[in-house]
Amino acid sequence: MKRRAFLALSVASAAWADEPAPRVIPITARKFEFVPAELALKLGEPVVLEFATEDVHMGFDAPSLGLHADILPGRLARVPFTPSKEGSFEFACDVFCGSGHEEMGGVIIVHA
Amino acid sequence: MQGIDRRQFLKVAGLGGLVFASGLARGADSYTQAQDEFFFVQLSDTHWGFQGAPNPDAAGTLPKAIAAVNALDPQPDFIVFTGDLTHTTDDPAERRRRLTQFKELISGLRTKQIRLMPGEHDASLDSGEAYREFFGQTHYSFAHKGVHFIALDNVSDPTGRIGDEQLAWLAADLARQPKDARIVVLTHRPLFPLYPQWDWATKDGDKAIELLMPYKNVTVFYGHIHQEHHFKTAHIEHHAARSLIFPLPAAGSVPKRAPVAWDPAQPYRGLGFRQIEAERDEYKLAELPVIKA
Repeated sequence: MKRRAFLALSVASAAWADEPAPRVIPITARKFEFVPAELALKLGEPVVLEFATEDVHMGFDAPSLGLHADILPGRLARVPFTPSKEGSFEFACDVFCGSGHEEMGGVIIVHA
Repeated sequence: MQGIDRRQFLKVAGLGGLVFASGLARGADSYTQAQDEFFFVQLSDTHWGFQGAPNPDAAGTLPKAIAAVNALDPQPDFIVFTGDLTHTTDDPAERRRRLTQFKELISGLRTKQIRLMPGEHDASLDSGEAYREFFGQTHYSFAHKGVHFIALDNVSDPTGRIGDEQLAWLAADLARQPKDARIVVLTHRPLFPLYPQWDWATKDGDKAIELLMPYKNVTVFYGHIHQEHHFKTAHIEHHAARSLIFPLPAAGSVPKRAPVAWDPAQPYRGLGFRQIEAERDEYKLAELPVIKA
C-alpha cells in the first residue's frame, strides 16, 4: 500500500473510532403492542432501534420516516436511524398478527 | 337479464343512498359500445364473528344487509364481497365455524351469482388455507356482459403483498385483453398507498397499477377501510366501500385507528353496501344503508 493511501486510511479509521456508538433502543413487539410504544429521540442523535418479537412475525413500519423492518421470531431486527426533523411520527405493525393488529402501533417523538 | 331503466335505478338509489358517477374513457372504438348494461352489488367487511361495543347488533347486521339486498327489484346480476367476510381468530376451528356460518347466511341471498374474496381477517393468519377450503381460489378473473373482472388477493400474505407469482398471473390475464377493454378489479386492500401509517396500502400495489395502467378503462372496487372513499391514480379510479360491522375514521383524522363509536340515536350509521350500475361509458355508484331511514 502506498504511504499516502495508508495515512488516509489510518486517519479515516481513527475518526471512525472516535465516534460514540449509537444508542441502542430495545423494543419488544408482542400481541398487540410495542413496548415501549412511545420513543423520544433527539434531533441528530444516531440510534439503533432493536426489535424483537415474543410470539409471531411482526412488522415495524414508519412510512413518514421511511423506516421499515420485518420482525421475525428468534432474531433481532436492527434499524439504524438519525432523526433529521422534529415532530411526532406514527409507526404501526404492518404484518397482520391477529385480532388486535389494527391497534398495534406507536409514535416516535423527535425533539431538539 | 332485463335492461335497467335509468330512472328506475335512480329511484332505487334515492332510498337513503348517495349516487356517485364514475366516468370511463370514452373510446371511438366499438368495443365499449357493444356491451349490455347491468348492475351488481358490493358488500364488504362483514366481519362475521365480531363482538364488541362498536356494533351491539353484530349478529344482526349481515342478515339485515342480506334482507336489504334481497329487497332490491330488480335483483343484481351478481354480488361481490370484497373481503373480511369473517373476523379473525387465532383458533383455526373457530375460523372454520365462522366461515361455515357466513356461507350459510349468504345462501339466503336471492341472487345466486356470488363472487367472494378474502380479507386479512379471513386469510392472513393461515395464508388463506381455511378460506380456500370453503370458497376456492383467492384470485381469479371472469367476464360478465363485456366487462372483464379480476379479483386480486392482497391479504393471504400477512405482509400485505400481492406477490410476484400472482402479479405474473395478472400480467398474463391482462395480456389477453384489448387495451380498450372494460376492466374491473375487485380486491380488499387499496392498491395505492392511501394511508400506510394505518396499514391502508398494498406493499406491491404499485406493480399491479403499473400493469393496469396501459388499459384505458380500469376501475377498482375494494374494502378494508370501512368507509366510502374515491381516488384516482392517473385514469384508474379506486372506490372503497362501507363496512357492514363498524365504520372507521377518515385516514389520519384521529390518533388511533379505532372504530367509530356506535350511536344508539342513529344505529347502523356509516354502514351499508353499494350498488354499481355498469353503463356503456360509466359506472353509477349508489351507497345504500343497512336500514332505510
